[in-house]
Amino acid sequence: MVRLIAFLVGLGFCFIAGFSLITGAITYLTEPHEESVEHKFHLEARDLAFSFDGPFGKYDDQQLQRGFQVYKEVCSSCHSLSLVSFRNLSEIGYGEPEVKAIANQWQIEVPSIDPKTGEASSRKAIPADAFPSPYPNETAARAGNNNALPPDLSLIAKARHGGSAYVASLLTGYRDPATYKNEKGEALPAEIRPGQGLHFNPYFPNLNIAMPPPLAADGQVTYADGTNATRDQMAKDVSAFLAWTAEPRLENRHRTGLAVLIFLLIATALAYMAYQNIWAGAKQPPARGDGDDDFASGHGHPPTTGQKHL
Amino acid sequence: MSFPWAKAYQPKSGLMRWIDERLPLPRLVFNSIGGGYEVPRNLNYMWNFAVLAGFALMLQIVTGIILAMHYAPAGTLAFQSVEHIMRDVNQGWLLRYAHANGASFFFIVTYIHIFRGLYYGSYKAPRELVWMLGVVILLLMMATAFMGYVLPWGQMSFWGAKVITGLFGAIPLVGEPIQQWLLGGFAPDNAALNRFFSLHYLLPFVIAGVVILHIWALHIPGSNNPTGVDIKSPRDTLPFHPYYTAKDGFGLGVFLIIYAAVTFYAPNYLGHADNYIPANPLSTPAHIVPEWYFWPFYAILRAFTVDFILPAKLWGVLAMFSAILLLFFLPWIDRSPVRSGNYRPTFQKFFWILVADVLVLGWVGGLPAEEPYVMISQLATMYYFAHFLIILPILSATERTLPLPSSIADSVLHGQQAESQPAGTTPRPATAE
Repeated sequence: MVRLIAFLVGLGFCFIAGFSLITGAITYLTEPHEESVEHKFHLEARDLAFSFDGPFGKYDDQQLQRGFQVYKEVCSSCHSLSLVSFRNLSEIGYGEPEVKAIANQWQIEVPSIDPKTGEASSRKAIPADAFPSPYPNETAARAGNNNALPPDLSLIAKARHGGSAYVASLLTGYRDPATYKNEKGEALPAEIRPGQGLHFNPYFPNLNIAMPPPLAADGQVTYADGTNATRDQMAKDVSAFLAWTAEPRLENRHRTGLAVLIFLLIATALAYMAYQNIWAGAKQPPARGDGDDDFASGHGHPPTTGQKHL
Repeated sequence: MSFPWAKAYQPKSGLMRWIDERLPLPRLVFNSIGGGYEVPRNLNYMWNFAVLAGFALMLQIVTGIILAMHYAPAGTLAFQSVEHIMRDVNQGWLLRYAHANGASFFFIVTYIHIFRGLYYGSYKAPRELVWMLGVVILLLMMATAFMGYVLPWGQMSFWGAKVITGLFGAIPLVGEPIQQWLLGGFAPDNAALNRFFSLHYLLPFVIAGVVILHIWALHIPGSNNPTGVDIKSPRDTLPFHPYYTAKDGFGLGVFLIIYAAVTFYAPNYLGHADNYIPANPLSTPAHIVPEWYFWPFYAILRAFTVDFILPAKLWGVLAMFSAILLLFFLPWIDRSPVRSGNYRPTFQKFFWILVADVLVLGWVGGLPAEEPYVMISQLATMYYFAHFLIILPILSATERTLPLPSSIADSVLHGQQAESQPAGTTPRPATAE
């Protein structure tokens, strides 16, 4: 009975799935299927190497400080970093007085309450504050950006496919839609050129991004450590900085992982030897002896088990 | 029950004797996972995965309880509290990555455990209830994992919750009220997040309870083995401890190495980038997918694209649930008296097609619903149902099986050449009851 019902249910599901398949196949074969423009022109993130790649990767504090400088002088005018506090900068090599100075001189003040009147006001940032948003709220942010919302950057390196390489590719990926050609030499169709307030960028999933090119020219930032601030250099540095803001415990994770794996490899090797040792002589059953079919006998076990007869 | 030649518990110290006389817990442990449990001597490495699944459950409970100490199940706080764990809680990043990847590894070992049962016929008499309790555990695991994925309250959490609870909306007439009742509102929000957190904390303990029943039921007939032949004499068995504790210790080591490598060096590989974006009801992600361990079922759900008497969506929901629920009936669908796939050459071929089929379903389940992937998922869905509901019943009636070894011990001694029974007959000796 169960088998009969199962058989009928199985036939039913196969029939309907098959019906769906045939319908889909007919549509697929008869209707023209054009590759979408996104599919044709979208580029995967460039293949970039960072110091924190791989199991032994570490952040390069010099690079993170340069990246922080790019964030401070370029990105922070639109993007917040709400999950990172000024005090966290001590983790990338800034001393305590430097952190205090950076917080105190930050161009955007932190929302506060006037202690005398109780009215909303603002005050200078302290190391315990998170990097403040340049906008009081989402509506103000959209109003100032052609109705686009600049996302918080704290997790951006983990919240996008391609991670840091995607961020760096995007920052330097702006192209002129009128002259751009993809690998096959096809030009961008006129009707999908970016509209008002949008900018063509093949690394962005739908090709048109609201953010204007943030890194416009070499030397836009004058690095404190004297590194030549090319656009590529700035893009890579700020991407590394944003990798750190997204995953500040990466170095700790890599170090701990190495210790854990070394421990586990030794423990597993010992466990394997213990297993071989215990099983030595037990892989084969003992030869058939008398009392073999007597369930109450203990002849089945190797002598090491020293078992008691029931 | 145990085999008559199994050792009886003998307290080794005065303290254990004192405890055992008042609370026979030492005896229980000895008889269930100690020297008193007799296990077939020929188990291969496929029999390591049950212990690994039990270990993964413990790992999830321990890491989860500590995470719950730092997590805030409120729509406005959940995302930030997870980032607080990642940044400010001591070793919080380790706890969270261990828990998130622990769920994936729990499913990996459980799926291998299930396929082992399918190949070696572990669902057949007298282990039907062991198998059915296992399917209950799988369903509970899926519910727990789904609700756990909602808790970080990222974009995939929110939209995943919306899509999955939306499945109940496909039920005619009562669908929408049920969906609203499950969510506590019209869309996932604070009410849904709170109840998911509550249930996500509860269900693992329910799983632990069913696991105890699963093991209890298993210990009545004892473990199956690669030949599928019943245990006949003491020559066939070894005590669980020290033989299988040692083997499981080694297996656990290998499991932990792979698990640690992923947790420490690719902790986000099995996740989805969109879940690092805070939940936003006004912005739908381009491509909503559940976690990878749901992909085969997600592919079955999306394979039904034609309204035929019932709406396509309802067919998809019915098929997806049937794909799991049919496992409950497997012991009565496959009536072949031979348990192990080693002695069923035709079954063996179909079994490996099924494995490939489920992998294909998993592959297309993670892809966007575009052609040709939808057609591939439809073909794979047809095979999935055909395998369990059409091929197995026919096969178990018509298949010519290979001769079985006369006993486990003989199969170990002579490989598969040792036979003493004609093909197709049941090895049903008088097991010591």
